[in-house]
Amino acid sequence: MLKKFEEMFFKFIMMLCNFIILFVLVLIIYSIFHKGMKALTWEMLTQRPHGGYYYGKEGGVLNAIVGSLYLSFGATLLATVIGVPVALYMNVYLIKRKKIVNIIRFLLDLIWGVPSIVYGAFGFSLMVFFGLKTSLLAGIITVTLFILPIMIRSCDEILKTSPLGLLEAALSLGSTKTETSFRVILKQSFSGVVTAILLSFGRAIGDAASVLFTAGYTDNIPTSLSEPAATLPLSIFFQLGSPVPEVQNRAYASAVILTVIILIISLLSRALSKRFHKNKI
Amino acid sequence: MENNTKIKIDHLNLYIGKQHILKDINIEIPENKLTVILGPSGCGKTTLLKCMNRLTDLYHDVKIKGSIYIDNEDVLHTSTDVTEIRKKMGLLSQRPFPLPMNIYNNVAYGLKISGRRNKKALDARVENYLNMVSLWEEVKDRLREPASRLSIGQQQRLCLARGLAVDPEIILADEPTSALDPISSEAIEKKFAELKQQYTIVMVTHILRQARRIADYVVFMYMGEVIEQGPADEVFDNPKMERTKAYLQGAFN
Repeated sequence: MLKKFEEMFFKFIMMLCNFIILFVLVLIIYSIFHKGMKALTWEMLTQRPHGGYYYGKEGGVLNAIVGSLYLSFGATLLATVIGVPVALYMNVYLIKRKKIVNIIRFLLDLIWGVPSIVYGAFGFSLMVFFGLKTSLLAGIITVTLFILPIMIRSCDEILKTSPLGLLEAALSLGSTKTETSFRVILKQSFSGVVTAILLSFGRAIGDAASVLFTAGYTDNIPTSLSEPAATLPLSIFFQLGSPVPEVQNRAYASAVILTVIILIISLLSRALSKRFHKNKI
Repeated sequence: MENNTKIKIDHLNLYIGKQHILKDINIEIPENKLTVILGPSGCGKTTLLKCMNRLTDLYHDVKIKGSIYIDNEDVLHTSTDVTEIRKKMGLLSQRPFPLPMNIYNNVAYGLKISGRRNKKALDARVENYLNMVSLWEEVKDRLREPASRLSIGQQQRLCLARGLAVDPEIILADEPTSALDPISSEAIEKKFAELKQQYTIVMVTHILRQARRIADYVVFMYMGEVIEQGPADEVFDNPKMERTKAYLQGAFN
């Protein structure tokens, strides 16, 4: 009887938690779309801000859309190229060195927790050191540093679950550790790695603080890596700060755009990872 | 008929941390015979097997002393690349681990990484090795399907074919039938009986009846030590050591 009550009680608590989380999530999305859809126009998607945009006149946030896409794709690409091999190295090459791997994991978890404004400041000091101006490149480098721990640790968590027997089987067939890493272990964990990339992309496109000093902000669309670039989160920030209600609503419209971009990327990567999931053992 | 020794294990000691896992192991494994390493669970059989193709390199905090000679080359202390050593030995583990790719590529993988990419030659070899393990008829129409869709018994035979495809001289099998149903187990045992004409097979098992059925040569291990070794009929019919007798009579398992 008591057991049954206990079971019911915890089931109820869990359901309640689930419901609260879901409710808050729906509320956020609802309020963004509710306020944003009114201001969202074709013009917002296809035009740069004209003079006086921030006072409620014509224009759009194409500069921020393009800037954000450049920046996050660039940073995610860099972070993937660096991060996936690091995670493979930790799980294939360093498999015997448990202590070292645990230290690396600890350090990565530590820098994962560092707020993005600190990365912004660090990126800024790097720029000063190398004599760079605020630019797309500086932004990409800073955001790459910011998402690398996320990328590496998420890949690492997936690769950790790859069975030891599979590693042994591949090595027994005479493959080197590199062949084993890229042709077997990565394939086994591919869907998880795609999720890790997506997670990093989400962080990259959603962060404002790390790009504030490094990528800067501009009404233009960057045509080279050395030009400053606008980003959607900063665009939302500036528009929300405006006293004009119309511009404030445009901030929500920009948030809708950002949300939809993330949604599209999620769906694409889901579809992609499904294609590779079937071979998983 | 006198046999050549294929693998000679000489004063092998293995420690994991402070634990002494393998204690002064001396074994001679004859060529083109089926040698069974027999013993209760946890006596170090699997560890011994993994020493031979240096999979113990992967384990944390392992110390090995002594030598393992394969064709008179000490694989533990050699300048030969470890991948070359491993290619000499096919491994069959307790549970099949097919590679995360389709059936065809599972067999072709080993060939591809050693640089053989000619499509026709690959096709022929894949068919040949799948035939060798009597799997071809079952899978010839679904070669492009993921290997994970096969039954466990089929997967184990696929793993055998995949191992054979890289032209090993030795087959290391670690309780290869422990995850299989009786019919699949029998299929593997039958295969081994055929394959020992061409390969030196070392099989670890704790199943006494299986050992009796197929062993040519038996090594009996207990608590990290080799208690007795010799031709199967001698060890089974006339064990010299008390502990072997006790084990054969089912006193402990």
